[in-house]
Amino acid sequence: MSEISIPESLRDLEPVQSIRTPIRMEYTYTPGVAAQAYLKSFADKKILGGVSPVDGAVFVPPRGVDPRHGVATTDYVELAHTGHVGSYCVTKVPIPGRDDLTLPYISAWIFLDGANIGFLSLVGDIDPADCRIGLRVEAVWKDDDELGKTAENIRWWRPTGEPDVPFERAGVRSWQDGGPRA
Amino acid sequence: MTDADDRLSAPLVLEYPFTRTTGPVIGAFMTGLREGIICGARRADGSVLVPPSEYDPETAEPLTELVEVAQTGEVVTWTWVDPPRQQSPWDRPHALALIRLDGADTPFLHGVLVSSADQMSTGMRVEASWRDDREGHIRDIAGFVPERVS
Repeated sequence: MSEISIPESLRDLEPVQSIRTPIRMEYTYTPGVAAQAYLKSFADKKILGGVSPVDGAVFVPPRGVDPRHGVATTDYVELAHTGHVGSYCVTKVPIPGRDDLTLPYISAWIFLDGANIGFLSLVGDIDPADCRIGLRVEAVWKDDDELGKTAENIRWWRPTGEPDVPFERAGVRSWQDGGPRA
Repeated sequence: MTDADDRLSAPLVLEYPFTRTTGPVIGAFMTGLREGIICGARRADGSVLVPPSEYDPETAEPLTELVEVAQTGEVVTWTWVDPPRQQSPWDRPHALALIRLDGADTPFLHGVLVSSADQMSTGMRVEASWRDDREGHIRDIAGFVPERVS
């Protein structure tokens, strides 16, 4: 770095070394048809997936398409409230704006039984040191009078105590070439 | 399958609380703002860029000489903002203007604080109005106001 010369009046002063440049965007989020169906079904404690018309692969949350084939998914299937941890992360530092999360917490890709892709959620009722890939989990729902049209109806996922899914078949490791297969 | 009346929607806020390191050139500009002066970078041909950049925009040579420019200048172009957006630095109607300060060769963007568009014109003379509590940020300049003729 070349030597910088600055005006006399600024010499021998504590230089500014950083500036705050917060960025904030406020949206109104309106889900599409598939996400509408998914969120509304949550009010009845149902988890919907979208079914590929090509090979029956199940996507949850449904996005209305099978992105592998570029075709719309119009059929839904109700999924079990059980699955396994495909991958996970233990977070020990706070995130601005998420004061609701108590440290340390585990975020994980949950692969529901019958689904071909995972979705992001929290794992609870377990020591983070005991969390592992392949761990069998079940949904912990909010009380019925707290249910809304939101995925937040599931507080977190807790261990079922069943034997683990073998590592080689956990999460995306069960995919063959080209992505998830039904 | 979705009735328009029944359609879900919800507020979604995306926020990044960035803090950005400045380096010595932008840092000097920010230090100047904190001290109530405005600095530019002098190029090899003697022209002055305000705000300064670390490298010459044409030759890519490092720019290493920071010089103080005046706090007065002229409006090169402008637009009237009414009403200001929610996150605007200003909560009342104002102009956004490109202002070329005396001693500078490039204009920079800031607000001109007048009460109506009738008081704005291209070429008008303006001067910086400073905040009392300055921290080294572009908002240390509260805005520009028509130059007082002394």
